[in-house]
Amino acid sequence: MQRNCIYLDNNATTKVDPAVVEAMMPYITDYYGNPSSMHTFGGQVAKAVKIAREQVAALLGADETEIVFTSGGTEGDNAAIRAALLAQPEKRHIITTQVEHPAVLTLCKQLETQGYSVTYLSVNQHGQLDLDELDAALTGNTALVSIMYANNETGTVFPIEEIGARVKAKGAIFHVDAVQAVGKLPLNMKNSTIDMLVMSGHKIHAPKGIGALYIRRGVRFRPLIIGGGQQRGRRAGTENVPGLVALGKAAELELLHMEEATAREIKQRDRLEKTILSLISDCEVNGDITQRLPNTTNIGFKYIEGEAILLHLNQHQICASSGSACSSGSLEPSHVLRAMGLPYTTLHGSIRFSLCRYTTEAEIDKVIEVLPGIIQHLRDLSPFKNDQAAWLQQHEQVLTHR
Amino acid sequence: MWEYTDKVLELFYNPKNQGVLEDKGESGVKITTGEVGSIACGDALRLHLKVDVDTDKIVDARFQTFGCTSAIASSEALVELVKGKTLDEALEVTNKEIAAYLGGLPEAKIHCSVMGQEALEAAIYNYRGIPLDVHEEDDEGALVCTCFGISESRIRRVVKENNLTRAEDVINYIKAGGGCGSCLATIDDIIVSIQREVTTSQASNNNPGQLAVKALTPVQKIALIQKVLDEEVRPVLIADGGDVELYDVDGDIIKVKLQGACGSCSSSFATLKIAIEARLRDRISPSIVVEAV
Repeated sequence: MQRNCIYLDNNATTKVDPAVVEAMMPYITDYYGNPSSMHTFGGQVAKAVKIAREQVAALLGADETEIVFTSGGTEGDNAAIRAALLAQPEKRHIITTQVEHPAVLTLCKQLETQGYSVTYLSVNQHGQLDLDELDAALTGNTALVSIMYANNETGTVFPIEEIGARVKAKGAIFHVDAVQAVGKLPLNMKNSTIDMLVMSGHKIHAPKGIGALYIRRGVRFRPLIIGGGQQRGRRAGTENVPGLVALGKAAELELLHMEEATAREIKQRDRLEKTILSLISDCEVNGDITQRLPNTTNIGFKYIEGEAILLHLNQHQICASSGSACSSGSLEPSHVLRAMGLPYTTLHGSIRFSLCRYTTEAEIDKVIEVLPGIIQHLRDLSPFKNDQAAWLQQHEQVLTHR
Repeated sequence: MWEYTDKVLELFYNPKNQGVLEDKGESGVKITTGEVGSIACGDALRLHLKVDVDTDKIVDARFQTFGCTSAIASSEALVELVKGKTLDEALEVTNKEIAAYLGGLPEAKIHCSVMGQEALEAAIYNYRGIPLDVHEEDDEGALVCTCFGISESRIRRVVKENNLTRAEDVINYIKAGGGCGSCLATIDDIIVSIQREVTTSQASNNNPGQLAVKALTPVQKIALIQKVLDEEVRPVLIADGGDVELYDVDGDIIKVKLQGACGSCSSSFATLKIAIEARLRDRISPSIVVEAV
């Protein structure tokens, strides 16, 4: 695979912006001082850290004192959830959803073995929550509600502020995994019900290994990583200065480009989606198309399997995903699509295309050009077709009866 | 991304034997098909064979496959391997040969080659009018692997038929447990229970181990204990992240060291008594007592 591939897997990770590389390089080469040092050499670096913190805060509409740099989304989610529980030891109930990222779901499963009860809210066929189910689950014993802003696989956006209002009315801490939403949706923490929010640098054209956790001022916080007193004691360890300078620059660029990039991505995504649906039979969009990230489309191609589609796309140097990148290497069908109750006919053949501000019209054209042939080729190979559907229906019925 | 060999990719991108063989009433030949797999598991294969009635030879073969890269490549490999063979010769083709033809498959994709072998058997049995093992019981009973919709009955059957000893083997054969992994502990329990059933059955039949033990010298007895531990006990414990080591033998008192997860597990006493002592009593002597040191 050449470097100049058609990269439509931006919910997995993104290309590092050249301006971001340029901003961080001096902090690898020349300005390598420790920001905690008392000398001027370290002090210069501390200033860079402060600027980065301000840049990230600006993107989130937060105060710089509310930003803690982390190693990325997984650490942020772990830190936020554990902090919320440690701060309220008398409460033993957590609410989350069935479609969260493994950074939240796996931790919740572990917490269940440690005496916590967890409610996993279901989603409907469009991947949306039923807020009545949330209301019914919320009790005075609920310590934490952890709900993602936007789903990484389908792009479905949850009504976070409405959820937050219900959560706050019950006195629970509200944590939001906003890894996919930051940079794609406008955020303003000053007028928000969110107590803690997590973002990751590599989803917004910064390098991997850097992220940030927003902690609303006044929310009791217990650090996940302890040691030195860096970051006001909320995350120990010498700061990853090149990484956080990069994150700051990337945040600045996101703020600068968001409006224009969002409009372009919606146009490109919709063109891709509509053309695919018009050219290829037996396929459908997965997720809530009315409440969705601007850059994401997840399409289920019936009767064929996703990995086979991906490898054929790969031959044309087109990168997409058959589900969460974190699930690659697993045999499991997407837990998100399963929670939506999609039939297996569609489930295994679902492909996610996720765009970014670098995506070009010519790249969309190329996908439109090659995809119908790939789908037709694989359907020609498949034993499951409309005219040979008895076997398929038999399998689906067996599963339905379970 | 999975690591596929060049051969897998070549056959996946350029399959030459896909499609259907239809019965056109040609004299001297018959068409037969075999179907295996499931859309729930994400792979299924329909194999078509054209058989020369006089020579019993497979003169042509085609496949239709729903599945991943390795499922399609395995189908192509299967067809290449069986063309020109007699049905008896074809029945000798194993999933290992299919995998070898491909230059190997990722361990988690071995089930694709198993599917090929099963489809071949189904097609030949159809041709010969031998009733296929429908395994209706596979759809009954508790659902163990919810990711792939696989029941306890099917897992039990596959474990027994293939003498599987680890949950990882079950994943490789039928995918059960290969999704979220939350049922792996249940699959381990199923394997242990099958092994216990087999051992009990052997013991009640003629219990050669117990009869033989009377004639064993101390050295032979220790060697037999070590063999049972290595072959029957440790694979199960290792699959759970634990292990056991033989420490000493004093008459019928056998001392062992529980290691790894077994050493720190809250149910280590149950492991000692159920997984180890019961097994050694069945295989060697009912008076054996196992103690942890």
